[in-house]
Amino acid sequence: MPTRILIPTPLRGYADQQEVVEAEGATVGELLANMTAEYGGLRKHLYNEDGKLRSFVAIYLNDDDIRFLEKEATPVGEGDTVSIIPSVAGGAGRRA
Amino acid sequence: MTVAAFHPRPTLSNQEVARYSRHLIMPEVGMDGQLKLKSASVLCIGAGGLGSPVAMYLAAAGVGRIGLVDFDVVDYSNLQRQIIHGTPDVGRRKLDSARDSLHALNPEVEIETHEVALSSANALDLLGGYDVIVDGTDNFPTRYLVNDACVLLGKPNAYGSIFRFEGQASVFAAKDGPCYRCLYPEPPPPGLVPSCAEGGVLGILPGVIGTIQATEAVKLIIGNGEPLIGRFLVYDALRMRFRELKLRRDPDCPVCGDRPTVTELIDYEQFCGVAPAAPAAGTVAGDNGTDAAGDEATVEQLKARIDRADGVFVLDVREPQEFQICRIPGSTLIPLGDLPKRLGELEGRSEMIVHCKSGVRSAKAVKLLREAGFDGAKNLRGGILRWIDTVDPSLPKY
Repeated sequence: MPTRILIPTPLRGYADQQEVVEAEGATVGELLANMTAEYGGLRKHLYNEDGKLRSFVAIYLNDDDIRFLEKEATPVGEGDTVSIIPSVAGGAGRRA
Repeated sequence: MTVAAFHPRPTLSNQEVARYSRHLIMPEVGMDGQLKLKSASVLCIGAGGLGSPVAMYLAAAGVGRIGLVDFDVVDYSNLQRQIIHGTPDVGRRKLDSARDSLHALNPEVEIETHEVALSSANALDLLGGYDVIVDGTDNFPTRYLVNDACVLLGKPNAYGSIFRFEGQASVFAAKDGPCYRCLYPEPPPPGLVPSCAEGGVLGILPGVIGTIQATEAVKLIIGNGEPLIGRFLVYDALRMRFRELKLRRDPDCPVCGDRPTVTELIDYEQFCGVAPAAPAAGTVAGDNGTDAAGDEATVEQLKARIDRADGVFVLDVREPQEFQICRIPGSTLIPLGDLPKRLGELEGRSEMIVHCKSGVRSAKAVKLLREAGFDGAKNLRGGILRWIDTVDPSLPKY
Protein backbone atom coordinates (compact mmCIF):
# COMPACT_ATOMS: atom_id res chain seq x y z
CA MET A 1 0.00 0.00 0.00
CA PRO A 2 1.76 3.16 -1.14
CA THR A 3 1.87 6.21 1.13
CA ARG A 4 1.20 9.76 0.01
CA ILE A 5 4.07 12.20 0.32
CA LEU A 6 3.21 15.89 -0.06
CA ILE A 7 5.83 17.82 -2.01
CA PRO A 8 6.12 21.53 -1.12
CA THR A 9 6.17 24.21 -3.80
CA PRO A 10 9.93 24.88 -3.81
CA LEU A 11 10.69 21.20 -4.41
CA ARG A 12 8.02 20.36 -6.99
CA GLY A 13 10.45 21.10 -9.79
CA TYR A 14 12.38 18.02 -8.71
CA ALA A 15 9.29 15.78 -8.70
CA ASP A 16 7.89 16.45 -12.17
CA GLN A 17 5.83 19.35 -10.74
CA GLN A 18 3.65 16.96 -8.74
CA GLU A 19 2.22 18.10 -5.40
CA VAL A 20 1.75 14.52 -4.21
CA VAL A 21 3.88 11.48 -4.96
CA GLU A 22 3.38 7.95 -3.72
CA ALA A 23 6.02 5.56 -2.43
CA GLU A 24 6.20 2.20 -0.71
CA GLY A 25 7.86 1.64 2.63
CA ALA A 26 7.22 0.44 6.17
CA THR A 27 9.02 3.39 7.75
CA VAL A 28 9.41 7.06 6.88
CA GLY A 29 13.07 6.41 6.04
CA GLU A 30 12.18 3.66 3.57
CA LEU A 31 9.52 5.80 1.95
CA LEU A 32 11.90 8.69 1.43
CA ALA A 33 14.61 6.37 0.12
CA ASN A 34 12.21 4.89 -2.41
CA MET A 35 10.94 8.33 -3.36
CA THR A 36 14.43 9.75 -3.95
CA ALA A 37 15.33 6.64 -5.94
CA GLU A 38 12.56 7.64 -8.33
CA TYR A 39 13.09 11.40 -8.15
CA GLY A 40 16.86 11.74 -7.91
CA GLY A 41 16.77 15.55 -7.92
CA LEU A 42 15.06 15.56 -4.51
CA ARG A 43 17.92 13.72 -2.87
CA LYS A 44 20.32 16.61 -2.34
CA HIS A 45 17.47 18.70 -0.91
CA LEU A 46 16.59 16.07 1.69
CA TYR A 47 19.92 14.46 2.54
CA ASN A 48 23.39 15.83 3.21
CA GLU A 49 26.62 14.31 1.91
CA ASP A 50 26.64 11.83 4.79
CA GLY A 51 23.20 10.57 3.87
CA LYS A 52 21.56 12.19 6.89
CA LEU A 53 18.33 14.16 6.66
CA ARG A 54 19.08 17.84 6.34
CA SER A 55 18.29 20.06 9.29
CA PHE A 56 16.53 22.73 7.24
CA VAL A 57 13.88 20.33 5.98
CA ALA A 58 11.31 19.04 8.44
CA ILE A 59 9.60 15.71 7.74
CA TYR A 60 6.12 15.27 9.16
CA LEU A 61 4.07 12.12 9.56
CA ASN A 62 0.53 13.47 9.54
CA ASP A 63 0.82 16.49 11.88
CA ASP A 64 3.88 15.36 13.84
CA ASP A 65 7.56 16.07 13.27
CA ILE A 66 9.32 12.69 12.93
CA ARG A 67 12.23 13.98 15.03
CA PHE A 68 9.87 13.75 18.00
CA LEU A 69 8.62 10.31 16.99
CA GLU A 70 11.14 7.63 15.98
CA LYS A 71 12.89 9.75 13.36
CA GLU A 72 13.40 7.85 10.11
CA ALA A 73 12.47 4.58 11.81
CA THR A 74 8.96 5.94 12.45
CA PRO A 75 6.54 3.28 11.18
CA VAL A 76 4.03 4.26 8.52
CA GLY A 77 0.51 2.88 8.58
CA GLU A 78 -2.37 2.82 6.17
CA GLY A 79 -3.85 6.23 5.49
CA ASP A 80 -0.83 8.11 6.82
CA THR A 81 0.49 11.12 4.96
CA VAL A 82 4.08 12.27 4.97
CA SER A 83 4.86 15.96 4.37
CA ILE A 84 8.10 17.68 3.54
CA ILE A 85 8.19 21.14 5.12
CA PRO A 86 11.17 23.16 3.89
CA SER A 87 12.34 26.40 5.39
CA VAL A 88 11.53 29.41 3.24
CA ALA A 89 12.65 32.90 4.07
CA GLY A 90 10.54 35.07 1.78
CA GLY A 91 8.72 38.06 3.11
CA ALA A 92 9.74 41.61 2.53
CA GLY A 93 10.52 40.96 -1.12
CA ARG A 94 13.53 43.18 -1.59
CA ARG A 95 14.66 43.86 -5.08
CA ALA A 96 16.52 41.11 -6.88
CA MET B 1 1.37 51.04 46.15
CA THR B 2 1.71 49.64 42.70
CA VAL B 3 3.92 50.95 39.95
CA ALA B 4 0.82 51.54 37.88
CA ALA B 5 -0.07 54.43 40.16
CA PHE B 6 2.79 56.41 38.63
CA HIS B 7 1.77 55.48 35.10
CA PRO B 8 -1.87 56.37 34.82
CA ARG B 9 -3.80 54.01 32.60
CA PRO B 10 -4.27 55.43 29.15
CA THR B 11 -7.75 56.49 28.31
CA LEU B 12 -9.57 56.83 25.02
CA SER B 13 -10.71 60.18 23.68
CA ASN B 14 -14.25 60.40 22.34
CA GLN B 15 -12.83 60.33 18.87
CA GLU B 16 -10.91 57.12 19.68
CA VAL B 17 -14.05 55.57 21.14
CA ALA B 18 -15.78 56.25 17.84
CA ARG B 19 -12.82 54.90 15.87
CA TYR B 20 -12.55 51.66 17.84
CA SER B 21 -16.23 51.17 18.58
CA ARG B 22 -16.43 47.82 16.74
CA HIS B 23 -13.69 46.54 19.02
CA LEU B 24 -15.14 48.09 22.15
CA ILE B 25 -18.53 46.46 21.82
CA MET B 26 -17.15 42.96 21.44
CA PRO B 27 -16.46 41.15 24.72
CA GLU B 28 -13.20 39.59 23.46
CA VAL B 29 -11.61 43.03 23.11
CA GLY B 30 -13.71 45.60 24.95
CA MET B 31 -12.33 48.70 26.66
CA ASP B 32 -9.68 46.67 28.52
CA GLY B 33 -8.38 45.11 25.33
CA GLN B 34 -8.39 48.40 23.45
CA LEU B 35 -6.44 50.10 26.22
CA LYS B 36 -3.94 47.23 26.15
CA LEU B 37 -3.54 47.79 22.41
CA LYS B 38 -3.03 51.50 22.99
CA SER B 39 -0.31 50.82 25.58
CA ALA B 40 1.38 48.18 23.44
CA SER B 41 4.24 48.37 20.99
CA VAL B 42 5.03 46.13 18.02
CA LEU B 43 8.15 46.06 15.88
CA CYS B 44 7.66 45.10 12.21
CA ILE B 45 10.89 43.88 10.69
CA GLY B 46 10.61 44.64 7.00
CA ALA B 47 8.13 47.06 5.40
CA GLY B 48 7.53 44.90 2.36
CA GLY B 49 5.09 42.18 1.40
CA LEU B 50 4.35 40.91 4.90
CA GLY B 51 5.13 44.16 6.71
CA SER B 52 2.57 46.09 4.64
CA PRO B 53 -0.61 44.37 5.87
CA VAL B 54 0.88 43.80 9.33
CA ALA B 55 1.62 47.48 9.92
CA MET B 56 -1.61 48.69 8.33
CA TYR B 57 -3.87 46.41 10.36
CA LEU B 58 -1.98 47.05 13.58
CA ALA B 59 -2.24 50.80 13.01
CA ALA B 60 -5.93 50.48 12.21
CA ALA B 61 -6.45 48.35 15.32
CA GLY B 62 -4.91 51.06 17.50
CA VAL B 63 -1.59 49.56 18.58
CA GLY B 64 -0.10 52.57 20.34
CA ARG B 65 3.45 52.42 19.03
CA ILE B 66 4.56 50.69 15.83
CA GLY B 67 8.20 50.38 14.86
CA LEU B 68 9.33 49.67 11.30
CA VAL B 69 12.75 48.40 10.29
CA ASP B 70 13.73 48.70 6.63
CA PHE B 71 16.39 50.31 4.50
CA ASP B 72 14.99 49.78 1.06
CA VAL B 73 13.47 52.08 -1.54
CA VAL B 74 10.07 51.51 -3.18
CA ASP B 75 10.40 49.87 -6.59
CA TYR B 76 7.74 49.25 -9.26
CA SER B 77 8.12 45.51 -8.74
CA ASN B 78 7.02 45.95 -5.09
CA LEU B 79 3.58 47.36 -5.90
CA GLN B 80 2.05 44.01 -6.90
CA ARG B 81 1.91 43.09 -3.18
CA GLN B 82 3.33 45.79 -0.90
CA ILE B 83 0.08 47.67 -0.47
CA ILE B 84 1.41 50.15 2.08
CA HIS B 85 3.20 51.82 -0.85
CA GLY B 86 1.60 53.44 -3.88
CA THR B 87 2.71 54.33 -7.38
CA PRO B 88 3.70 57.91 -6.42
CA ASP B 89 6.00 56.39 -3.76
CA VAL B 90 8.29 54.66 -6.27
CA GLY B 91 11.81 55.83 -5.54
CA ARG B 92 10.99 56.98 -1.98
CA ARG B 93 12.35 55.35 1.13
CA LYS B 94 9.94 52.60 2.17
CA LEU B 95 9.97 53.96 5.70
CA ASP B 96 8.75 57.40 4.58
CA SER B 97 6.09 55.92 2.35
CA ALA B 98 4.92 53.51 5.06
CA ARG B 99 4.81 56.23 7.71
CA ASP B 100 2.61 58.41 5.48
CA SER B 101 0.21 55.55 4.80
CA LEU B 102 -0.06 54.61 8.46
CA HIS B 103 -0.56 58.18 9.61
CA ALA B 104 -3.27 58.67 7.01
CA LEU B 105 -4.95 55.53 8.29
CA ASN B 106 -4.64 56.36 11.98
CA PRO B 107 -2.96 59.55 13.22
CA GLU B 108 -3.47 58.40 16.82
CA VAL B 109 -0.68 55.81 16.66
CA GLU B 110 2.98 56.58 17.03
CA ILE B 111 5.20 55.37 14.18
CA GLU B 112 8.90 54.86 14.78
CA THR B 113 11.11 54.25 11.77
CA HIS B 114 14.50 52.56 11.93
CA GLU B 115 16.48 52.81 8.71
CA VAL B 116 19.03 50.16 9.54
CA ALA B 117 20.04 46.71 8.48
CA LEU B 118 19.23 44.60 11.51
CA SER B 119 22.46 43.10 12.83
CA SER B 120 23.88 41.34 15.87
CA ALA B 121 25.19 44.72 16.98
CA ASN B 122 21.83 46.52 17.06
CA ALA B 123 19.16 43.80 17.32
CA LEU B 124 18.92 43.48 21.10
CA ASP B 125 18.61 47.24 21.60
CA LEU B 126 16.11 47.61 18.81
CA LEU B 127 13.89 44.62 19.63
CA GLY B 128 14.19 45.26 23.36
CA GLY B 129 12.10 48.42 23.00
CA TYR B 130 8.95 46.58 21.86
CA ASP B 131 6.44 44.12 23.32
CA VAL B 132 5.86 41.94 20.26
CA ILE B 133 8.09 41.33 17.24
CA VAL B 134 6.67 40.57 13.79
CA ASP B 135 9.20 38.95 11.49
CA GLY B 136 8.56 39.76 7.84
CA THR B 137 12.08 39.59 6.47
CA ASP B 138 13.21 37.95 3.28
CA ASN B 139 16.46 36.20 4.14
CA PHE B 140 17.73 33.47 6.40
CA PRO B 141 20.44 35.39 8.32
CA THR B 142 17.83 37.90 9.52
CA ARG B 143 15.32 35.13 10.32
CA TYR B 144 17.80 33.43 12.65
CA LEU B 145 18.97 36.73 14.07
CA VAL B 146 15.39 37.77 14.91
CA ASN B 147 14.63 34.36 16.38
CA ASP B 148 17.67 34.28 18.62
CA ALA B 149 17.24 37.90 19.71
CA CYS B 150 13.58 37.24 20.60
CA VAL B 151 14.50 34.18 22.68
CA LEU B 152 17.32 36.01 24.46
CA LEU B 153 15.02 38.96 25.18
CA GLY B 154 11.96 36.89 26.03
CA LYS B 155 9.87 38.55 23.29
CA PRO B 156 7.22 36.69 21.31
CA ASN B 157 7.77 36.54 17.55
CA ALA B 158 4.81 36.41 15.16
CA TYR B 159 6.44 34.62 12.27
CA GLY B 160 5.38 34.48 8.62
CA SER B 161 7.09 33.38 5.46
CA ILE B 162 6.03 33.09 1.84
CA PHE B 163 7.08 31.47 -1.41
CA ARG B 164 5.14 31.58 -4.70
CA PHE B 165 1.67 30.55 -3.46
CA GLU B 166 2.59 28.82 -0.23
CA GLY B 167 2.88 30.49 3.15
CA GLN B 168 3.86 29.54 6.67
CA ALA B 169 2.96 31.16 9.98
CA SER B 170 3.55 30.50 13.66
CA VAL B 171 4.19 32.24 16.95
CA PHE B 172 7.56 31.53 18.45
CA ALA B 173 6.95 32.19 22.09
CA ALA B 174 10.23 33.42 23.42
CA LYS B 175 11.89 31.58 26.30
CA ASP B 176 9.33 28.83 26.69
CA GLY B 177 9.66 27.97 23.04
CA PRO B 178 9.27 26.39 20.65
CA CYS B 179 11.36 28.67 18.48
CA TYR B 180 12.33 28.77 14.83
CA ARG B 181 15.44 26.72 15.52
CA CYS B 182 13.37 23.93 17.12
CA LEU B 183 11.87 23.43 13.67
CA TYR B 184 14.89 24.30 11.57
CA PRO B 185 18.13 23.98 13.55
CA GLU B 186 20.16 25.15 10.56
CA PRO B 187 19.54 27.21 7.45
CA PRO B 188 19.83 25.84 3.94
CA PRO B 189 23.08 26.61 2.15
CA PRO B 190 22.84 29.71 -0.05
CA GLY B 191 21.40 29.03 -3.47
CA LEU B 192 19.56 25.82 -2.61
CA VAL B 193 16.27 27.55 -1.85
CA PRO B 194 15.15 30.17 -4.36
CA SER B 195 14.16 33.60 -3.08
CA CYS B 196 10.92 35.42 -3.90
CA ALA B 197 12.89 37.59 -6.29
CA GLU B 198 13.91 34.42 -8.10
CA GLY B 199 10.83 32.25 -7.63
CA GLY B 200 8.10 34.86 -7.67
CA VAL B 201 5.21 35.25 -5.25
CA LEU B 202 1.46 35.58 -5.65
CA GLY B 203 0.79 39.19 -4.69
CA ILE B 204 -2.11 38.40 -2.35
CA LEU B 205 -0.20 35.70 -0.46
CA PRO B 206 1.66 38.09 1.88
CA GLY B 207 -1.74 39.70 2.52
CA VAL B 208 -3.08 36.42 3.91
CA ILE B 209 0.03 35.51 5.88
CA GLY B 210 0.63 39.08 7.08
CA THR B 211 -2.92 39.40 8.41
CA ILE B 212 -2.41 36.13 10.29
CA GLN B 213 0.73 37.62 11.85
CA ALA B 214 -1.14 40.81 12.73
CA THR B 215 -4.00 38.76 14.22
CA GLU B 216 -1.55 36.86 16.41
CA ALA B 217 0.14 40.08 17.53
CA VAL B 218 -3.23 41.53 18.57
CA LYS B 219 -4.18 38.32 20.41
CA LEU B 220 -0.87 38.29 22.27
CA ILE B 221 -1.43 41.90 23.32
CA ILE B 222 -5.01 41.55 24.51
CA GLY B 223 -4.23 38.14 26.03
CA ASN B 224 -7.27 36.48 24.53
CA GLY B 225 -7.84 33.45 22.34
CA GLU B 226 -5.49 30.61 21.50
CA PRO B 227 -2.23 31.89 20.12
CA LEU B 228 -0.50 30.04 17.29
CA ILE B 229 2.15 28.80 19.71
CA GLY B 230 3.38 25.25 19.19
CA ARG B 231 1.47 25.12 15.92
CA PHE B 232 2.80 25.66 12.44
CA LEU B 233 0.28 26.80 9.87
CA VAL B 234 0.95 25.98 6.23
CA TYR B 235 -1.23 27.68 3.63
CA ASP B 236 -1.53 26.73 -0.03
CA ALA B 237 -3.28 29.55 -1.90
CA LEU B 238 -3.54 27.63 -5.15
CA ARG B 239 -5.54 24.83 -3.54
CA MET B 240 -6.99 27.12 -0.85
CA ARG B 241 -5.97 24.78 1.91
CA PHE B 242 -4.70 25.40 5.43
CA ARG B 243 -2.85 22.67 7.32
CA GLU B 244 -1.81 22.77 10.94
CA LEU B 245 1.32 20.94 12.08
CA LYS B 246 2.54 20.43 15.62
CA LEU B 247 5.60 22.36 16.61
CA ARG B 248 7.45 21.13 19.66
CA ARG B 249 10.15 22.69 21.73
CA ASP B 250 13.36 20.75 21.14
CA PRO B 251 15.08 20.10 24.50
CA ASP B 252 18.36 20.12 22.54
CA CYS B 253 17.58 23.44 20.82
CA PRO B 254 20.77 25.54 20.94
CA VAL B 255 18.78 28.68 21.84
CA CYS B 256 15.63 27.74 23.78
CA GLY B 257 16.59 24.19 24.84
CA ASP B 258 17.48 22.88 28.28
CA ARG B 259 21.20 23.58 27.87
CA PRO B 260 21.42 26.47 25.44
CA THR B 261 24.73 26.90 23.65
CA VAL B 262 23.78 30.16 21.94
CA THR B 263 23.60 32.66 24.79
CA GLU B 264 24.44 35.77 22.81
CA LEU B 265 23.94 36.86 19.23
CA ILE B 266 26.36 35.34 16.72
CA ASP B 267 27.51 36.17 13.19
CA TYR B 268 24.41 35.18 11.21
CA GLU B 269 25.89 35.82 7.79
CA GLN B 270 28.56 33.30 8.62
CA PHE B 271 26.03 30.92 10.23
CA CYS B 272 24.02 30.97 7.01
CA GLY B 273 27.10 30.62 4.82
CA VAL B 274 26.59 34.04 3.27
CA ALA B 275 29.72 36.11 2.76
CA PRO B 276 29.00 39.55 4.23
CA ALA B 277 29.15 42.53 1.91
CA ALA B 278 30.33 40.40 -1.00
CA PRO B 279 28.85 41.28 -4.37
CA ALA B 280 26.26 38.83 -5.64
CA ALA B 281 27.59 36.11 -7.86
CA GLY B 282 27.44 37.18 -11.46
CA THR B 283 28.43 40.72 -10.62
CA VAL B 284 31.92 39.72 -9.58
CA ALA B 285 35.09 41.66 -10.22
CA GLY B 286 35.69 43.56 -13.41
CA ASP B 287 32.39 45.38 -13.40
CA ASN B 288 33.86 48.42 -15.07
CA GLY B 289 35.92 46.72 -17.71
CA THR B 290 34.86 44.80 -20.73
CA ASP B 291 37.43 42.03 -20.32
CA ALA B 292 35.99 38.77 -19.15
CA ALA B 293 37.62 35.80 -17.55
CA GLY B 294 37.98 32.60 -19.59
CA ASP B 295 34.63 31.24 -18.49
CA GLU B 296 32.78 34.52 -18.87
CA ALA B 297 31.63 36.72 -21.71
CA THR B 298 30.47 40.33 -21.63
CA VAL B 299 27.30 41.69 -23.20
CA GLU B 300 29.45 43.83 -25.49
CA GLN B 301 31.27 40.76 -26.77
CA LEU B 302 27.97 38.96 -27.32
CA LYS B 303 26.46 41.93 -29.16
CA ALA B 304 29.48 42.12 -31.47
CA ARG B 305 29.21 38.42 -32.26
CA ILE B 306 25.47 38.58 -32.92
CA ASP B 307 26.08 41.57 -35.22
CA ARG B 308 28.78 39.59 -37.06
CA ALA B 309 26.33 36.67 -37.31
CA ASP B 310 29.17 34.28 -36.48
CA GLY B 311 26.76 31.56 -35.38
CA VAL B 312 27.22 32.10 -31.64
CA PHE B 313 24.90 29.83 -29.63
CA VAL B 314 23.11 31.60 -26.80
CA LEU B 315 21.60 29.38 -24.08
CA ASP B 316 19.00 30.97 -21.80
CA VAL B 317 18.59 29.00 -18.53
CA ARG B 318 15.75 31.07 -17.08
CA GLU B 319 12.15 29.85 -16.70
CA PRO B 320 9.66 29.97 -19.62
CA GLN B 321 7.70 32.77 -17.88
CA GLU B 322 10.83 34.91 -17.83
CA PHE B 323 11.59 34.07 -21.46
CA GLN B 324 8.16 35.45 -22.38
CA ILE B 325 8.97 38.80 -20.79
CA CYS B 326 12.20 39.43 -22.68
CA ARG B 327 14.90 37.48 -24.49
CA ILE B 328 18.16 37.90 -26.34
CA PRO B 329 17.55 37.45 -30.10
CA GLY B 330 18.18 33.92 -31.33
CA SER B 331 18.60 32.42 -27.87
CA THR B 332 17.55 28.88 -26.94
CA LEU B 333 15.68 28.24 -23.70
CA ILE B 334 16.51 25.33 -21.40
CA PRO B 335 15.61 26.14 -17.77
CA LEU B 336 18.41 25.36 -15.30
CA GLY B 337 16.32 22.65 -13.59
CA ASP B 338 15.85 20.81 -16.91
CA LEU B 339 19.43 21.16 -18.06
CA PRO B 340 20.83 17.86 -16.65
CA LYS B 341 18.31 15.76 -18.58
CA ARG B 342 18.41 17.88 -21.75
CA LEU B 343 22.17 17.94 -22.27
CA GLY B 344 21.64 15.77 -25.34
CA GLU B 345 20.12 18.76 -27.15
CA LEU B 346 23.47 20.54 -26.86
CA GLU B 347 25.47 17.67 -28.33
CA GLY B 348 28.20 18.90 -30.64
CA ARG B 349 28.16 22.51 -29.37
CA SER B 350 31.81 23.28 -28.81
CA GLU B 351 31.03 26.77 -27.64
CA MET B 352 28.05 28.59 -26.14
CA ILE B 353 27.20 31.69 -24.11
CA VAL B 354 24.88 30.99 -21.21
CA HIS B 355 22.74 33.60 -19.52
CA CYS B 356 19.96 34.05 -16.97
CA LYS B 357 18.48 37.15 -15.33
CA SER B 358 21.54 38.44 -13.49
CA GLY B 359 24.19 35.73 -13.79
CA VAL B 360 23.68 33.51 -10.74
CA ARG B 361 21.77 30.63 -12.31
CA SER B 362 23.86 30.76 -15.50
CA ALA B 363 27.03 30.44 -13.41
CA LYS B 364 25.61 27.19 -12.01
CA ALA B 365 24.68 26.09 -15.53
CA VAL B 366 28.20 26.79 -16.83
CA LYS B 367 29.66 24.73 -13.98
CA LEU B 368 27.29 21.89 -14.77
CA LEU B 369 28.01 22.13 -18.52
CA ARG B 370 31.76 22.14 -18.04
CA GLU B 371 31.55 19.11 -15.77
CA ALA B 372 29.59 17.40 -18.52
CA GLY B 373 32.36 18.12 -21.00
CA PHE B 374 31.11 21.34 -22.62
CA ASP B 375 34.40 23.16 -22.11
CA GLY B 376 33.38 26.08 -24.31
CA ALA B 377 30.45 27.18 -22.12
CA LYS B 378 30.77 30.78 -21.00
CA ASN B 379 28.65 32.74 -18.53
CA LEU B 380 27.21 36.05 -19.74
CA ARG B 381 28.25 38.44 -17.03
CA GLY B 382 25.34 40.41 -15.54
CA GLY B 383 22.74 38.38 -17.44
CA ILE B 384 19.91 39.80 -19.48
CA LEU B 385 19.58 42.74 -17.07
CA ARG B 386 23.06 43.89 -18.13
CA TRP B 387 22.11 43.24 -21.77
CA ILE B 388 19.08 45.49 -21.38
CA ASP B 389 21.09 48.22 -19.62
CA THR B 390 23.94 48.19 -22.12
CA VAL B 391 22.68 46.86 -25.43
CA ASP B 392 18.90 47.06 -25.75
CA PRO B 393 17.14 49.42 -23.31
CA SER B 394 13.88 48.92 -25.23
CA LEU B 395 13.38 45.54 -23.55
CA PRO B 396 11.33 45.45 -20.32
CA LYS B 397 13.14 44.75 -17.04
CA TYR B 398 11.57 42.62 -14.35
